Amino acid sequence: MNPGHVLGAPIVVLNRVEKRFGDNPVLRDVSFSVARGECVCVIGPSGSGKSTLLRAINALVPISAGSIAVDGIEVNDPKLDKLALRRRVGIVFQQYNLFPHKTALDNVMMAPIHVLKENPAEVEARARALIAKVRLTGKEAAYPGELSGGQQQRVAIARALAMNPKVMLFDEVTAALDPETKKEVLVTVRELAAEGMTCLLVTHEMGFAREVADHVYFTEDGVIVEHGPPAEFFGSPKQARTRAFLDQVL
Amino acid sequence: MDGTADFFRWLAEAHRIDVSIAYDPLDRKRFLIGLWTTIWLSGVCIGSSILVGLIGAWLHGARSAAARGAVQVFVQFFRNTPPLVQLAFFYFAVSAALPPVTDRFGASVPLIDNVGWAIVSFSLFAGAFNVEIFRSGIEAVPRATVEAAESLGYTRLAAYRHVVLPLAFRVCLPALGNNLVNLVKTTTLAYAIGVPELLYAASQVWSEVFNVREMMVVLLLTYVALVAVLVHGLRRWERAMRIPGYSA
Amino acid sequence: MSALAVLLPRQPAAVGSEWGAARMPSALRSRKTIAALAILGAVWTAAAWAAAPVDRPSVLALAVKWAPLIFGGFLFNLLVSVAAMALGTAAGVLLGLAQISLLRPVQAASWAVTQFFRNAPWLVLLFFAMFLLPFEWRIGGVTVPFPAWLKAMLGLALPVLANVSEIVRGGVLSIPLGQWESAESLAFSRRQILWRIILPQAVKRMIPPWMNLYAILTMATTLISVVGIQDAMTLTRGALVAEARTDLYLPLYFMLLLMFFAYCYPIARYTQVLERRFAVRG
Repeated sequence: MNPGHVLGAPIVVLNRVEKRFGDNPVLRDVSFSVARGECVCVIGPSGSGKSTLLRAINALVPISAGSIAVDGIEVNDPKLDKLALRRRVGIVFQQYNLFPHKTALDNVMMAPIHVLKENPAEVEARARALIAKVRLTGKEAAYPGELSGGQQQRVAIARALAMNPKVMLFDEVTAALDPETKKEVLVTVRELAAEGMTCLLVTHEMGFAREVADHVYFTEDGVIVEHGPPAEFFGSPKQARTRAFLDQVL
Repeated sequence: MDGTADFFRWLAEAHRIDVSIAYDPLDRKRFLIGLWTTIWLSGVCIGSSILVGLIGAWLHGARSAAARGAVQVFVQFFRNTPPLVQLAFFYFAVSAALPPVTDRFGASVPLIDNVGWAIVSFSLFAGAFNVEIFRSGIEAVPRATVEAAESLGYTRLAAYRHVVLPLAFRVCLPALGNNLVNLVKTTTLAYAIGVPELLYAASQVWSEVFNVREMMVVLLLTYVALVAVLVHGLRRWERAMRIPGYSA
Repeated sequence: MSALAVLLPRQPAAVGSEWGAARMPSALRSRKTIAALAILGAVWTAAAWAAAPVDRPSVLALAVKWAPLIFGGFLFNLLVSVAAMALGTAAGVLLGLAQISLLRPVQAASWAVTQFFRNAPWLVLLFFAMFLLPFEWRIGGVTVPFPAWLKAMLGLALPVLANVSEIVRGGVLSIPLGQWESAESLAFSRRQILWRIILPQAVKRMIPPWMNLYAILTMATTLISVVGIQDAMTLTRGALVAEARTDLYLPLYFMLLLMFFAYCYPIARYTQVLERRFAVRG
């Protein structure tokens, strides 16, 4: 539990979301909401549609049915203002996906300058502060290829934060990292959650979910099997499938 | 300069090694004009073939299947037919099919002259290769990197400009350089339609001075030097564009 | 002409990149390309035919009349290409092996020769052979004539040998060092390693660029018309001069282009197929 702050009104609302790739359903009747300032973790076996869920919230993949609203913006609307949505939603990927031809600092500065057309001097000041925040001071001029996985992932977090998002999505951000560097990234995410940033994480880190999340969802085969506060969820899972999964990973 | 000229004059008289362009002002002028024409022709063709390549690669990414098909036909046709026949096709056949124009002396002249057709022909020929080079460069940029740009609010076009093209360009550079080197060598074909480039100038000199052997050596060395300069320039460029820790 | 891209734009394996339009399956694409070209040619011919004046033979009739002669010339181009390729490959393999010799001077000299002939324009090398080789050779007491077509073959073989040399070197170097080391640890001699272990693996990788080179050479055989040898190009010119019909220019040159296309395009497709197959198996 994260008692440090009070949860606000829902900011991300999913209602009966369906997603099919061809005949293959990936998400089936998924409904849930994330409150302002809340930290939500989604866990479940690989291939259960968790990454698709995050991509759908950011309009990187279209959904087949249902609705998704972020801060009042209807994501499934054909006339969606993608820029407005993406200013509000930051996403961090499993494979970092930094721009390899730009330095760490430039990676953080690019979008505010090119997309938001902000003043470069102000952006730079903010970017340097963000790099310091993810504990990478001194690495501003390094290229992604010169950084470790954990360092790259923290640059990616800073890059997403530079857009001043209201919600941060994390897509298995530690899955590609070794145990040592994993910790650096998880510390950064925990700090963000503690500051009251709305966070939605897809993760395999059970310890992290138990410690940081306000609410945990377990998905399998594209449906939400069970959800609840971490103490309840991990302490006394009600569904047999949840118990089977937790027995396997814990 | 005089000393050098004297040396070559002596070489011609005493040893029958006649590098006439080293001491004869007329021959030297012809040779230098030929050299300049080759450099100039290469430069123009490099520029326009890159343009052809960019337009082709862009059209190939278009939604219209007809546009993609047309690009494909263009690329395959120009890659798999002899450039010399292409040149003749343009210079003799297409030119004859176009209406002639009247020049400022009142004479009837073809719409495009031999130099013009050489530029058109070589640009399309090298451009066909460039289309494929640019296309594969763009395809080499991972989808995930583009997705990251989109998630930061970049539009398709802006993502292209700031992320895809800078990366694709680095991937392309070696193949592009290779093709441009070949383009410079291909300009010798303009000899066949009487463009006064380097090979043509050299042949004028040797048919008057009868120093084929010497001029041939000069010619080969000049081309190898031209190519070496271009390769060197491209290498430096490649090195300057290299990103630390990133292998394209 | 273009030592055109022996290192042709190798299509980087499209790793997870569906960026851009969905690509048609290659077989489909090639069939479409051929179909489009055929249609283009047919429309063109029909248009030229329809436009022909009534009292003169139609362009189509003239094209049909000259086609056998020009095709004969085209076969001569193919003959030259096969001969120059055989010659260039034999010499080029030796030069390429010299490039990976352990003897420094041999290595340096073969490298220099390779680079020189690779970077010189094909047409200049052809002139070089035509003008600087003697028209006859004395071997012992016998005088062997050296006809122009033979010199032209040698002239075309020069850039081929340089490019083959580079292909051989590149192919051998592409085999991981571990293969050499493990063979050495089994007490193979250097020669044995090269012939029994490295080359059998490397040859597979050399075949696509070698075929590519052959297609380039085939197209380059038209250069012999520039130095006065009768080939398909010369015969086309001759036919056009004989008929003195400007409306015949486009169809006849296009026909010549199509002959080369029909020969070189399948080679290019097959090269791509092989490239892909070898790329997958490593």
